[in-house]
Amino acid sequence: MKPFLSIEKLVQKFPNGNGGEMTVFENASFGVEKGEFVVILGHSGCGKSTIMNILAGLADPTSGCVIMDGQEVKGPSLDRGVVFQNYSLLPWLTTLKNVTFGIKARHPEWTKSQVEEHATNFLAMVGLEGDVIHRKPSQLSGGMRQRVSIARAFANHPKLLLLDEPFGALDALTRGTIQDELLKIWGQMEQTVFMITHDIDEAILLADRILLMTNGPYARVAESVEITIPRPRNRTEIVEHPNYYAIRNHLVQFLGKRSKELAGQPTEASKTNKPKTVRIDLTDPTEDPENKRSTLKAVNS
Amino acid sequence: MGTLSLNQRAALLSVLMLVVGLLIWEAAIPAQKAVKELTEYEILTGAGSPKAGVPPPSQVIIKAWDQLSDPFYDAGPNDKGIGIQIGYSIYRVLTGYLLAALIAIPFGFLIGMSQVAYKAFNPFIQVLRPISPLAWMPLALFIIGDSEASAIFVIFICSIWPMLINTAFGVAGVREDWVNVARTHELGPIKTAFTVILPAAAPTILTGMRISIGIAWLVIVAAEMLVGGTGIGYYVWNEWNNLDLTSVVFSILMIGVVGMLLDAMFGLLQRRVTYAE
Ligand SMILES: Nc1ncnc2c1ncn2[C@@H]1O[C@H](COP(=O)(O)OP(=O)(O)OP(=O)(O)O)[C@@H](O)[C@H]1O
Ligand SMILES: [Mg+2]
Repeated sequence: MKPFLSIEKLVQKFPNGNGGEMTVFENASFGVEKGEFVVILGHSGCGKSTIMNILAGLADPTSGCVIMDGQEVKGPSLDRGVVFQNYSLLPWLTTLKNVTFGIKARHPEWTKSQVEEHATNFLAMVGLEGDVIHRKPSQLSGGMRQRVSIARAFANHPKLLLLDEPFGALDALTRGTIQDELLKIWGQMEQTVFMITHDIDEAILLADRILLMTNGPYARVAESVEITIPRPRNRTEIVEHPNYYAIRNHLVQFLGKRSKELAGQPTEASKTNKPKTVRIDLTDPTEDPENKRSTLKAVNS
Repeated sequence: MGTLSLNQRAALLSVLMLVVGLLIWEAAIPAQKAVKELTEYEILTGAGSPKAGVPPPSQVIIKAWDQLSDPFYDAGPNDKGIGIQIGYSIYRVLTGYLLAALIAIPFGFLIGMSQVAYKAFNPFIQVLRPISPLAWMPLALFIIGDSEASAIFVIFICSIWPMLINTAFGVAGVREDWVNVARTHELGPIKTAFTVILPAAAPTILTGMRISIGIAWLVIVAAEMLVGGTGIGYYVWNEWNNLDLTSVVFSILMIGVVGMLLDAMFGLLQRRVTYAE
């Protein structure tokens, strides 16, 4: 049985500028289940945005394919909503119009008042109400713009929501607020989310599973780390969970050391090249303390 | 005085400069008044034949009052009110200009969308653009035959380039992110063109339209001097032939005022489509 979203042997090569070729990643394969929140972590330049653009259908891979819901991804679609890193709001439209823009595309048959009501609801969900929604993006703060962008994507109920470093440009406080809002909406909607980030704590707070990428070129999706912290999560409480630091240490280790060690190896070892599943759970009563070390290492699926 | 705003002070200064300028002008031309004091007899015999001289502002103001109180009178081919003459000029400018816009904007749109087209057309545009529009006049007169249509053609040819170039430039420069927003919302090419590319490029397109209308208004005066018959350019030339410099100065001022109004109109439109990023 194939997962909801299946990425199969994706290869991306770019011309390297000297007439040659540069392989960003090779044979990247992984799956995402319906309703899952998957975060991808990796160093700058390893190819995360490239993967996301391919998932969105905005770019074509050199080879390999993406299958969603049994259909191959060919070109962009309303079924895959994208929140771009730089918000990509249309600056000549008001906040409300930016959201209705998306809804009108999704539901051309709706009346104007239906569209506006729907948009207003979703803007309220991200905490934008009243006068603000009639302002242009240039008159909003960075955090508010990002919320509009999130509202626009969520309002369309895409089957898959793609977020490319959505909070990259925000200060820590605003980041926290919007992360909470994102979790809240996601909790209500059973939305499948695929998100890129640089922030380890953000990844642990949000994700069901974190994919770890090695450095490029020839980057690989090396591991899939399950976040064994129950939901609903809360930024102040999760740090007290016994698994939190174990998982965090694993991620820091990977990004700090192993992402380099594993980098640059053209793959032949495992043909399918599925990431290793890593499950770290110190609270699991079925595991005795002796097993913990091995659990910490890796469980191959 | 300290309570006046910046704009108020600037306006005050403008009025002051105007008054001082007019006074200096008036004072610099003392002899003209004498002409009016000649007797009927002297004028008829040509004794005091008014030597064409630059009129003082007072005379221009009287002339302006005179003309503007009845701008639309029509007393034969050589004697029409200033309103009628300006009307003819505006009609020609707008006709040529709108024809140019009708072609330049859609065409510029297509060129801007395709890098190949942009590069392929660029050399032609670069060669055709610097040609003085009046240089087309003989060719236009020969091919079109009609002087009226030739004047409109000259306006057409001079206003097409800034609109074409600015439209292509504006469309080519639309941020890829915005186009991607359209793509992820599955908008078709027509819908994308109207809901994303057009509003995104509108400020640049309007800049081109504003430059074009300015050039068209500059060129119409020269074109009408050549083709004759009607229009503000013809009027200036005709009054010069009549040695009526007061009318010449008055019509120069009118050309300036109309040009300013046309520009202000497009400035207003431009402000409406401009957005802050
Ligand atoms: N259009 C392109 N042409 C050539 N090379 C490209 C192109 N797009 C991306 N690359 C290269 O592919 C690699 C991966 O780029 P990508 O933008 O996917 O990185 P990333 O993981 O998203 O990095 P960051 O975290 O900094 O956003 C980089 O080395 C980049 O130089
Ligand atoms: Mg990126």
